[in-house]
Amino acid sequence: MKFKNPCEKANHICDKSQYNEASFWEKVRLNLHLIYCKFCREYSANNQKLTKSIKDSKIKTLCNEDKGAIKEKLYQEMKK
Amino acid sequence: MSKVMLHPETWVDRYSDYLYNYTIVRVNDHEVAQDIISDTFLAGLKSKDNFKGEATERTWLISILKRKIIDHYRKINSNKGKAEVRINYNDTDNEGDWLEEQVEDFSEMNAQESMENEELGLAILGCLESINEKQAEIFKLKTIDGVDTETICNEYNITPSNLWVIIHRARKALADCLESNWFK
Repeated sequence: MKFKNPCEKANHICDKSQYNEASFWEKVRLNLHLIYCKFCREYSANNQKLTKSIKDSKIKTLCNEDKGAIKEKLYQEMKK
Repeated sequence: MSKVMLHPETWVDRYSDYLYNYTIVRVNDHEVAQDIISDTFLAGLKSKDNFKGEATERTWLISILKRKIIDHYRKINSNKGKAEVRINYNDTDNEGDWLEEQVEDFSEMNAQESMENEELGLAILGCLESINEKQAEIFKLKTIDGVDTETICNEYNITPSNLWVIIHRARKALADCLESNWFK
């Protein structure tokens, strides 16, 4: 991925680390950046808060098959 | 003020997860919840001429859903006796202790917390409605269902870079929306 500026790069690593997909060195880079960048610190904090909220809320989703079954019923009724 | 119009063809994609989370905590059974949701959509379709356009689509669907959930409990309660709560002492040693007090409480959360979490979940799903449907779908797959990047990219025919851009936008929009609707 290409980045226009260091903040974009930092935010990308921050996004990845919300899914545990950032490498060790990426995290080091992110933290170095956060030391001097107030905006990215803010973004990181909000991002972590969002991850925690989603985890706490225990949202469940219907899988595609289930949605498909409901859609089918609805569409059939719409045709009538 | 322009009136809200109904778009039944988008209901499942837009609202089924919201309705599902609302229902599952109330009926606690996946199959039942699914039936109630499809009943709700069908009922909505049938009475769509009664929609006055004063509430949002989702609010209107939830009001139908609430009635469907009540109907569900009426139906299972009409099988008399099954819904009866029996209180027994299991033996003379424990006489005086209520049966329910002897049952281990598996839920670490108290009622207050689980209610707040349910509302938080609905707030998050509500916020997701404001972003593009396809992007919301991708975000949910990645974040809630934990599907890996490669699978999503193949399914939607996008590159990992595209995916991360979508995720980034969605996270930003969600964080802002929650900030003004939930954390304030």
